[in-house]
Amino acid sequence: MEKISLQFDRIKEKMNFIKPNKKRDFLLLATLILALPYIINSQYLLRIVIMIGVYSILALSLGLVTGYAGQVSLGHAAFYAIGAYFSAVLSVNFGISFFITAPIAAIAAAICGLLLGLPTLRLSGTYLAITTLGFCEVVRMVLLNWEKVTNGPLGINRIPRPSLLGFDLTLANNGMYYLMVFFLVFTTVVMLAIVRSKIGRAMMAIREDELAATMMGIKTTTYKVIAFVVSAFFSGLAGAFYAHMIRFIDPNTFTFDTSIMILSIVILGGMGTIKGMFLGAAILVSFPEVLRFLQEYRFVVYGMVLVLMMRFRPQGILGGQKKTAYKLPKGVIVDINSNNSSIEVREAMNTVEEVI
Amino acid sequence: MILQQLINGLALGMVYALIAVGYSLVFGILRLVNFSHGSVYAFGAHIAMVFVGMQFGIIPALILSIIFTGVLGIAIDKIALAPLRAKKSKAIAALITTIGVSYIIQNLLMIVFGSQTKFFPKLFDYGNVHIGGVSISTTQLFIFGVSLALLLLLTFIIRKTKIGLAMRAVEQNPKAANLMGIDVDFVITFTFFLGGASAAIAGTLISGYYQVVYPTMGFLAGLKAFSAAVLGGIGILHGSIVGGLIVGVSESYAAAFLGGGYRDAVAFVILIIVLLVKPTGLFGKKGVVKV
Repeated sequence: MEKISLQFDRIKEKMNFIKPNKKRDFLLLATLILALPYIINSQYLLRIVIMIGVYSILALSLGLVTGYAGQVSLGHAAFYAIGAYFSAVLSVNFGISFFITAPIAAIAAAICGLLLGLPTLRLSGTYLAITTLGFCEVVRMVLLNWEKVTNGPLGINRIPRPSLLGFDLTLANNGMYYLMVFFLVFTTVVMLAIVRSKIGRAMMAIREDELAATMMGIKTTTYKVIAFVVSAFFSGLAGAFYAHMIRFIDPNTFTFDTSIMILSIVILGGMGTIKGMFLGAAILVSFPEVLRFLQEYRFVVYGMVLVLMMRFRPQGILGGQKKTAYKLPKGVIVDINSNNSSIEVREAMNTVEEVI
Repeated sequence: MILQQLINGLALGMVYALIAVGYSLVFGILRLVNFSHGSVYAFGAHIAMVFVGMQFGIIPALILSIIFTGVLGIAIDKIALAPLRAKKSKAIAALITTIGVSYIIQNLLMIVFGSQTKFFPKLFDYGNVHIGGVSISTTQLFIFGVSLALLLLLTFIIRKTKIGLAMRAVEQNPKAANLMGIDVDFVITFTFFLGGASAAIAGTLISGYYQVVYPTMGFLAGLKAFSAAVLGGIGILHGSIVGGLIVGVSESYAAAFLGGGYRDAVAFVILIIVLLVKPTGLFGKKGVVKV
């Protein structure tokens, strides 16, 4: 297994020889994404692609907490559920448009994230894992028992389709697909912006060594809470989208299994990467469809993904050591050659994205 | 009514304490919350059910379940966690591994035994004992007695025996303990066996109390036991017992006064309150991180 992991790195290195042309690649990718529904031309496949998109949003949001800030959350299904139910209840009972309910639902999820994050994120990572696990269960309990609003175990059905200027977006007219692409791009852009900013660097510092980060003057709790709240927001958004796409939600959609699946995607794709989330989602969402004979064992496979990846390739498929040197901010001059321990410094600078 | 619920809660709380001890033992030595503990507990209950179904009688079934579950505990450590320790992986890797292991066990149980709820015979049912206005079933007395005996036995092992001394040494400083000639790996293995064994007993007792067994039973029980362990101060044995009793009693009061729907949320509420007010728990000391 470890050899396979090494092979993988080698292949990735070789791939780097293909000169990346950013503009060309970007245009190609954009065209492909926009033309995809006309290429595959099958509602069944399109539905899977949309689910991959939804799980990519979820994985991106968990990736910020787990991959960048280094905190394990097992309750992202709860935020997913809060977003879905909030949006569904508002639009079914009050007839509000999806484009208004979705942001409200996402903000509601973010507020829940804040309330949950404040007490738990002061402490070590384990507490967050357990509390979010419990939170997920409590949310499910409320959804099951608060029948007046959530309709209990029967769930909410006939959730209205999102409509834009009187035009219903459906699966058949590809409207849902483009809406998903819009949300996914929005999420990705925000995540990239966060990760590349001061906030993102602070989060990575916390992930690498919380104690050292504190010593450098980083307010660890603040940044962990920021990561968690942003993450909850996007999970809620994904939930709202899901509710209006499937048009039926019940508490069984948002169980611990969903949380584990999101975590598996993040681990498989690579903690601390953005690209990895798409790859992980594509693999894990499509695999029960592709490998039908493994259907019964799919949850065991998710567990195996977690255990085996941690054992043999903890950085995930696309994670790894960066080969490019870390760009220092302007005005900071480090003369490597004059340093006695030059090799060490160079190594330290090359491995910003360290192996977990 | 109030007294009756107290009795119910105490019997339940003793079992939670037994599971919580499993968390505490492993946490004390590895500084790791063993997420797979809840599934190990469900595994123990299933093994006991299999042997009870084969007409072994309850005591032999319990002993066999202890052995099998203890071995499962060791296997988890040897297969999944020991390689990570050897690689000196980060703490988050071990945490995620135990989550994965827990998930694998739970779903394999579901595939092998089916996800439906299965019947488990009542333990030691000789009718009820009436004292004043309170009726105590013999099952409750049995559960309380067995758990208490086991907790005392565990305390004895840790306080008075040689292996207990070794466990306490490893807990304080694994490296120094190793230099003193203590086989740290063996101590860890033994701890996982103890954790597995206590989970098996707790699983059997709870199954006998509610008369049902199902693969996901470890999920909530594990959560409640963890709350109990945190309440008492994780890593501290008598803390787990007090925590378990408090969680058990408040759960049975909640079931009586708030209705059954929200009874499972009580442990979680307790957990949040503890984390807000005193994260080290009732008996915990403030940990100092040395660099």
